[in-house]
Amino acid sequence: MLSLFFKNYLIMYKKLALLLFISLLLVRCGGSDEDSSNDGEVTPVAYDRAKMLVHWADKIIIPAHTAFKQTLTNLDNSTKTFVSSPDQSNLDDLRSKWLVSYKSWQHIEMFDIGKSEEIYFKSKMNVYPIDKLWLDNNIETGSYDLENANNYSSQGFPALDYMLHGIAESDMAIINKYTANTKYTNYLTALVNKMVTSTDVVINDWTNYKETFIGSTDNTASSSVNKLTNDFIYYYEKGLRANKVGIPAGVFSGGPLKGNVEAFYKKDVSKELLLEAMDAAIKFYNGTSFDGISSGPSLKSYLAHLNSTKDGSTLSALIASKLDSAKTQINFLSNNFVSQIESDNSKMLTSYDAIQAVVVLLKVDMLQSFNINVDYTDADGD
Amino acid sequence: MINSEYFNEKSSSAPLAVFRIGFGLLMCYSIIRFWLKGWIETLYIQPKFHFSYYGFEWVKPLEEYTYILFMICGVSALLVALGLKYRLSIFLFFLSFTYIELMDKTTYLNHYYFISILSFLMLFIPANATFSLDNLIKRRSYSMVPKWTIDSLKILLSIVYIYSGLAKLNSDWLFKAMPLKIWLPSKFDLPFIGENLLQQEWVHYAMSWGGMFYDLSIPFLLLYRPTRMFGFLLVVFFHLFTKVLFPIGMFPYIMIMGSLIFFEAEFHFKILNFIKKFLSSISLLKKVLIKYKSHVVDIYLIKKENFVIALVSLFFIIQFLFPLRYLVYPGELFWTEEGYRFSWRVMLMEKKGYSVFKIMDKKSGTFFYVNNEDFLTPFQEKQMSFQPDFLLEYAHYLGDSFKDKGHENVQVFVDSYVALNGRLSQRFIDQKVDLYNEKESFKHKKWILPLNDEIKGL
Repeated sequence: MLSLFFKNYLIMYKKLALLLFISLLLVRCGGSDEDSSNDGEVTPVAYDRAKMLVHWADKIIIPAHTAFKQTLTNLDNSTKTFVSSPDQSNLDDLRSKWLVSYKSWQHIEMFDIGKSEEIYFKSKMNVYPIDKLWLDNNIETGSYDLENANNYSSQGFPALDYMLHGIAESDMAIINKYTANTKYTNYLTALVNKMVTSTDVVINDWTNYKETFIGSTDNTASSSVNKLTNDFIYYYEKGLRANKVGIPAGVFSGGPLKGNVEAFYKKDVSKELLLEAMDAAIKFYNGTSFDGISSGPSLKSYLAHLNSTKDGSTLSALIASKLDSAKTQINFLSNNFVSQIESDNSKMLTSYDAIQAVVVLLKVDMLQSFNINVDYTDADGD
Repeated sequence: MINSEYFNEKSSSAPLAVFRIGFGLLMCYSIIRFWLKGWIETLYIQPKFHFSYYGFEWVKPLEEYTYILFMICGVSALLVALGLKYRLSIFLFFLSFTYIELMDKTTYLNHYYFISILSFLMLFIPANATFSLDNLIKRRSYSMVPKWTIDSLKILLSIVYIYSGLAKLNSDWLFKAMPLKIWLPSKFDLPFIGENLLQQEWVHYAMSWGGMFYDLSIPFLLLYRPTRMFGFLLVVFFHLFTKVLFPIGMFPYIMIMGSLIFFEAEFHFKILNFIKKFLSSISLLKKVLIKYKSHVVDIYLIKKENFVIALVSLFFIIQFLFPLRYLVYPGELFWTEEGYRFSWRVMLMEKKGYSVFKIMDKKSGTFFYVNNEDFLTPFQEKQMSFQPDFLLEYAHYLGDSFKDKGHENVQVFVDSYVALNGRLSQRFIDQKVDLYNEKESFKHKKWILPLNDEIKGL
């Protein structure tokens, strides 16, 4: 009797399963339904990643690089002027061009992809603290290869910072170094030339690379969306949180490391640079165009799309608001992080915590929603 | 219902031969594949540190000699397929494969566990009764084997499926379609179905419920003759489909091959004859086969059969009970993972963590955070970040490392956040507990903070 019941149950289930199978096949053959305007309902479709990549490339990445290039050209011209005639007014002008360019740089450091990645662009532009002994030796001997990894901490903006603010105690003494000795002018020129050529390589490559970049929409470790998302997170966690705040505040070392502050020799622009970096991060997350005028598909809208079947776009808005909170905390800091650390390091730590709060949401919640893995872990899953 | 009459029943030895050949070849291929992908290097040799299983800390990686271990594993698998010195080769395979798995907990997969226990079971199965080189050498092959040997393979496979199905009887899986709701939409680059079908909510629910029904019913569909073929087609479809969707390695092929054991002897004779014809087409082999034609004996008699039956019964009792140990632990199983492993919870949850460790000097109060990438590979860091036993072991490793470096009064705390099945991330571990001071044991880990949600079901 039991076997009969069993038999019937199985026959019924067999029919049900067959029905489900056939219906699934039918739906599949029915084709896609991207256009939701017909039935008035929103039919969940895959997020248009291609559109997001196009927006990123056209409205954010390339304009940011172009703008940066312009500031670098100005920096270059100003360098040439100063080198030919080292005096106070030319030094002041060079310094201001340096700062403008350094701030512009904050908007492209996170895009460690394509040619940038290949030529270790950010390692040649913004590794700090500098290795003072090594750098001084470069100047002294006049023999160095800026391509070599050993020289990453002797070039770029931090090296310029040293060259313009740190090689002597007073402005007079600094200018004297340049008038007295061609070694300094040579090194200064070499540094700026290197920055210009590296930037040109990266920018020129984007004309071709853009096609590849936009076309790579699949969900693999090497696709543009995955790489850039990971780049963004890596930059936010390391380039911004750790380098600019965490390491100087001593979070990773048991005691503050004042010498690791960005623009250490100039000192009073550390907050300015950090705010610029935060703005860059916030704009990228929100999909705001580089010129600030428009906005488009972004990590925020992608998240909102994916979570639309949950209880509202909680996560995407939460990240946006925590980013703003972090910015608010940063505003409480002194312009000069060295003096901030010396007078009240706890404020640095508070800012660190506020910045850190976003890291968890990005690395855990956001990546879980996207189903992207941090970095490439090649192994079978189960 | 266990009576000696059942244990005296005999059945054709052909299904065992097919199973043995399939298993051996798939295992050999798995090892080669693993080797060629460079995973021996990246998973067992490069990492500075390896996570161990509780009680098996003495199983250490062997650096360059790991390759020899894999070679033994691969060769013994091939010998199993050939049926050459079967008892010895399956024993070597079991030891080497299990040792490989015990070396680093990071690479735990349910199907590796399955292979370990299956190869253990196969020690007691006369899989070389027919169609093996042992038959040629001994000039003896057997047409019948005790039926229980074939049934035990069926039982093991059924256990895997049924427990997998039971594991899916929870509110996240059935009523929230989690984690499929996260995984499926991300497969948008699959042709035909990626852009549209996999984005639909009803598909997420259909696949969740379908998977559950499949797991629970497939052993019965395979057992019951009229539904067997349909069941097998379902097996093929299900496993190939999941292989397309998820990076699950060799598991689908192993399960497809394994389900053949449910078929009748005639089916297996056809397979063996096909192989025989193929081998005979190679004239050299044909000569060998003719020369070493073995004398067919009726029944394979297992030595000390009662003892073996008792052992295998004990094995199955353990297999039935072990997945249930989670019941003695408090808290949410998916969250604490106490009793989660070795219970056939396959592809059941999406869990991501972020765990940063703080090393503090107890006396002075100075502290610093650790960069995990200085100690762990990305894969290890990922696995560590949401599994409490990993967090504890890593905390001890960090504590020891810094103590060796000269730090004093070392305390280890962790800032750990975990997101489970799409919930907002929340703090995972009590950040005020010095993990360096906690010991690993079978007891519940009180320093795991509770999940602020409830998952109903099994």
